[in-house]
Amino acid sequence: MTAVTLDAGAPFGAAPPSARPAIVTRGLTKRFRGGQVAVDALDLSVPRGSVYGFLGPNGSGKTTTIRMLLGLVAPTSGEHELLGLPLGEALPRVGALVEGPAFYPYLSGEANLRRFDAADPTAPPATARRRVAEALDRVGLAAAAGKRYRTYSLGMRQRLAIAAALLGPRELLILDEPTNGLDPQGTREVRSLVKEIAAGGTTVFVSSHLLAEVEQMCTHAAVMRAGRLVAQGSMASLGGGQVPRVRVRTPDTADALRVLRSLGLADVRADGPEPGDGVSAELGGHAPERVNAALVGEGVAVRGFAVERPSLEDVFVRLTGEGFDVDG
Amino acid sequence: MSTAETREARARRTPGLVPVSETLRTTGRPVASDAAGTAAGPAGDAADAAPSADGAPLAGAAPIADGAPTAHAAGAAGVGEVSGAPARRFGSFWRLLGSELGLTFRRPRNLVMLAVLASVPVILGVALRLVTDDMDAEGRGGGMGGLVASVAGNSLMLAFASLSFLVVLLMPVAVSVVAGDAIAGEAGGGTLRYLLAAPAGRTRLLTVKYLNAVVFSFATAAVVAGSALVTGLALFPVGPVTLLSGTTVSVADGLLRVLISVGYVGAGMAALAAVALALSTFTEVPIGAIAGTVVLVIVAQVLRAVPQLEPISPYLLPTWLTRFDGALRAPVDFGAMRDGLLAFGAYILLFGSVAWARFTGKDITS
Repeated sequence: MTAVTLDAGAPFGAAPPSARPAIVTRGLTKRFRGGQVAVDALDLSVPRGSVYGFLGPNGSGKTTTIRMLLGLVAPTSGEHELLGLPLGEALPRVGALVEGPAFYPYLSGEANLRRFDAADPTAPPATARRRVAEALDRVGLAAAAGKRYRTYSLGMRQRLAIAAALLGPRELLILDEPTNGLDPQGTREVRSLVKEIAAGGTTVFVSSHLLAEVEQMCTHAAVMRAGRLVAQGSMASLGGGQVPRVRVRTPDTADALRVLRSLGLADVRADGPEPGDGVSAELGGHAPERVNAALVGEGVAVRGFAVERPSLEDVFVRLTGEGFDVDG
Repeated sequence: MSTAETREARARRTPGLVPVSETLRTTGRPVASDAAGTAAGPAGDAADAAPSADGAPLAGAAPIADGAPTAHAAGAAGVGEVSGAPARRFGSFWRLLGSELGLTFRRPRNLVMLAVLASVPVILGVALRLVTDDMDAEGRGGGMGGLVASVAGNSLMLAFASLSFLVVLLMPVAVSVVAGDAIAGEAGGGTLRYLLAAPAGRTRLLTVKYLNAVVFSFATAAVVAGSALVTGLALFPVGPVTLLSGTTVSVADGLLRVLISVGYVGAGMAALAAVALALSTFTEVPIGAIAGTVVLVIVAQVLRAVPQLEPISPYLLPTWLTRFDGALRAPVDFGAMRDGLLAFGAYILLFGSVAWARFTGKDITS
């Protein structure tokens, strides 16, 4: 899974901008003063229309990558492209949330959004009021629009940052840890908001260290570790190494193995040496209820029956080989 | 698909452009779906060109959902910007400057500073009035000092007195706070990354920040002079002004000279603002840039006070800040002020370049 090759022809080739991936990086590297390599030869390719999960432990280079994508940090080497356009042209079409919210505490939420709208040279001032109101409404902050940012709770601040990313028509959203600081309800709202935005055709690039979150939102994912990309691809292809398995808890190990083999399941094996340890097999295209019926029909005492799908966490652990520790 | 074909397709889409400014929802409108139809070709190619590892989920959804916005966006980039861009870019520059000025002149901290600056001429005027009253009462009118005598003699002189008193330290402090905070404050608060991602543009943002500081510089001078004029009119006699050179000029002429002084002091403060702005690009701690500038001003004052260092004094900004006294001579001594303005220009050029070089090449990690 470590060798995920890119379509090398597409990134900076002659294809029209709209035909190129939403984000392409090639050999993107950032070495900070002092020699620390934050991002090491990163080759990303984010397809248009995808919800792309950018995973990695804290300190794995996710934020530095995002900063380079947005032109805040200059890469030491390598190149990158957003929406197939020069950065200055691309940025107005990109909404971004970078490393948490940051606003003027003495301004209201609405005034803050108008401030950032004014910074975008392509934003039409005539529609500013409407767009700000819509963005606030979308994240559920309409009622708090006139309150000073200083008085906002952490969740409200996070929402305001998302609203700022939605000020204009965006073709790409780059969200760095968008659910940070949100309560479970807020987290769910962000997830559904992301899905809604993606349904409108906007590509969403979302960094996170929360695997479950990425699993629920994303169509694609990339995994970073210590500044390096260890995997990227569609969720299906990332989980490709591990297929759903059926697990049967039964004392009749031998019979169960025989039945499962006769049904044509692959990789049929006993889960342990003891009779009660049960058996498991790759489910393949079989309907689990049929498998269960066949087992019971053959007189196997089925005490437990489960279909287990590999979670992204399994994949992640397999790729990184360890927990989410900060990598020096 | 060949590039020629692509270009043709783009050209065909152009008449039906949906402005990039429209919200995402409008992509469902007839015009937009028309654009989507013509865009099906290139967008379809996109799906073909997409990495095969990405699999099915995208291939179906992307062309239609994605084609419309990018298609008209491409058209806008090609055609719309040729005609509309300069005017729009110009307008957007003023909009950002307006936003910046709004922030500066609504911020309580800055208003307090302006209020303090405005209060000094009042205090000065009242104090001088009390002093002259005492002297009159004691019948020692003949022994008054030059400044006290001239202010007591004419309402307009309080403006010159206030400017020359405040330009030494208090006005530089106020200008340093605004200009020193300009970049460092945004960096420290984290708003800089969002401004630049908006994208405000580094040169554009720096220019706006500096122009904002310049406006504030002139505002400080205007506030001091304005407050002094009002106080002077209330407390001292109005009438022909006796200048430093002994000539007497009309009130209108005197007001013109106050205006010249305000312009000169404003320009001097603008030069100081360039220094503060340059320092501001080197730190994420606004107080560092502010204190740094104020320390530079004080150090320069100290250096000026050392007779042995006389040769370097023309290179120090404070040397030139008080040279508006040329406006108090008849005829107006423009020579001294011209040299001062040249010095200000040199400071603005030098420190503006430093600020620009630093800010445009800086990694924004705050």
